[in-house]
Amino acid sequence: MDYAIEAEGLRRTYRSRTGWLRPRTTEVHAVRGVDLTVGRGELFGLLGPNGAGKTTTIKMLNTLLIPSAGTARICGFDVVKQTREVRRRIGYVFGGDRGLYERLTALDNLRYFAELYGVPARDQKRRIAELLELVKLTGRENERVEGYSRGMRQRLHIARGLLHEPEVIFLDEPSIGVDPVAARDLRATVANLAATGTTVLLTTHYMAEADELCDRIAVISEGEIQALGTPAELRHRADGRRVLEIEAYGVPTDALEDLQKLPGVREAAVEERGQVQVVTVQSDADADVQADVLRRLNGVRIGRVTSREPTLEDAYVAIIAAASRVAA
Amino acid sequence: MKTLRMLLMGMLFHLKHSSRSPFEIGSFVVVPIVQATLAVYLFRAAAEPQKLLQAAVGAGMMGVWSSVLFGAGGAIQMQRWQGTLEMLMLAPRRPVMVFLPITLANGAMGSYALLATLAWGRVLYGIELDFAHPFAFPVAALVTVLSLGAFGILLASLFILVRHANAFMNALEYPIWLLSGMLLPIASLPAWTGPIAAALPTTWGARALREATAGGAVWPSLGLCAVISAVCLGLGALALVHVERKARAAATLALA
Ligand SMILES: Nc1ncnc2c1ncn2[C@@H]1O[C@H](COP(=O)(O)OP(=O)(O)OP(=O)(O)O)[C@@H](O)[C@H]1O
Ligand SMILES: [Mg+2]
Repeated sequence: MDYAIEAEGLRRTYRSRTGWLRPRTTEVHAVRGVDLTVGRGELFGLLGPNGAGKTTTIKMLNTLLIPSAGTARICGFDVVKQTREVRRRIGYVFGGDRGLYERLTALDNLRYFAELYGVPARDQKRRIAELLELVKLTGRENERVEGYSRGMRQRLHIARGLLHEPEVIFLDEPSIGVDPVAARDLRATVANLAATGTTVLLTTHYMAEADELCDRIAVISEGEIQALGTPAELRHRADGRRVLEIEAYGVPTDALEDLQKLPGVREAAVEERGQVQVVTVQSDADADVQADVLRRLNGVRIGRVTSREPTLEDAYVAIIAAASRVAA
Repeated sequence: MKTLRMLLMGMLFHLKHSSRSPFEIGSFVVVPIVQATLAVYLFRAAAEPQKLLQAAVGAGMMGVWSSVLFGAGGAIQMQRWQGTLEMLMLAPRRPVMVFLPITLANGAMGSYALLATLAWGRVLYGIELDFAHPFAFPVAALVTVLSLGAFGILLASLFILVRHANAFMNALEYPIWLLSGMLLPIASLPAWTGPIAAALPTTWGARALREATAGGAVWPSLGLCAVISAVCLGLGALALVHVERKARAAATLALA
């Protein structure tokens, strides 16, 4: 099998010097041995909490960082030794509003990067028009980027990443700051890219997005892959569990620990949703923990209580929690 | 052909971007007037009209040099601050090809400073613009700008490799003005500065421009200027390869 992305034992340590009088070198082991292969045309998701090492992994694969150890190849080309071959074949889109020439228009920016990335002169006009259409910026291309909203900049980033029709595209939180309708368009675009043979490596914090789009997902935390599989396979990790969701107001901080200790309970988490807090309790499917949980939350104002099948997000929470228990 | 097109389009792009900066606009208008004034008052004492034109050319070359030193020398830093450095480095090209459009844009801004200084000198102080070699002058100006773009590449990479580059940059501006004879004729500097001056492309560029205005053999100086610049470009290209690798190893492409 011919892979678009191959990584073996990738590691990356950041060294930074702190202190001035007595300089000290601090080391952060951001990625600690990542192995993965992504097939051509596959849509691969990289999920994980903040600081897990997702961006670092992507930057090693797209040649911006040299790995501290391990090797990686893109379409068979080594990311350290055959940089130019790799760069010809990849696109990179990151979340956030930096990385564009603010004082110039979107069209100026796209023309410049098309030239720089080696798009043949005769194709540039057509390609840029297509991409402006794709990201719905047609009609706004002659405005300066400094006047763009966050979502518009994000869409411009995406257009730029696709200019040279890369075989492999790295999307690092591309949907950050994009409104729900634009996010849906973006998902359609990404799905379409993969359907037409482009390999996509995507990171996102939106589980539903990953679930809908990805052929396979790697969950990474503490710089290591904790689980890898199709969304369905990952969901199976939560098989044999049930999820209890309780709307509550003013859950005391120590309550979660107590909940976790209840017999039959596997995970407990609380999440703020505007005014209301949502307590999520994962338990063994055959244990009925509802009465115990509610007894522990005695005195807390309770809203709706629902019991449901686990989702990908629940599986993700379980994987991350298990990993941090091992690390602790 | 394709590379030339990229260099030209890239240069125009960066020129346009700089010309939209409020800071640069100020220096575009103000600096040449100051330089023209400086030229006139510093040299009026010695006032043969021919000297005045020479002084204006010398002052204009200072503008070229400032723009190469601060613009080209800081080119990599600037892109890093703007957050565009990573996207530039992802281009499937040699690093020198990525940065040359930027330093050439700086050279071109410098050449504007030179022409504007001359124009203001004419408008404000009535400096006679009668060139000894009216045809050699524009050629010399163009070659000088290109050579400064090339020299800028070497500076851009050295400034990254040398720690405390900013202090280095500030310390470098005046010595090089003097050394390359933009303000004073080289002959009036101490003898040890001679070999250093002879190694700088700016020396020969300034000399070619002076010869084009005041008379003398323009082409040998211009030729030397071009040759030294080509060497600078080669060294700069090598240094940039090193700079790129180092930045990828140390994770300094992005603004941490
Ligand atoms: N340039 C750097 N210098 C030092 N440490 C860094 C640098 N970049 C990242 N790190 C550290 O490496 C670790 C992994 O960071 P990384 O950006 O890869 O995480 P991430 O998974 O992308 O997180 P997020 O979801 O927040 O984007 C973090 O602890 C971070 O602080
Ligand atoms: Mg990240």
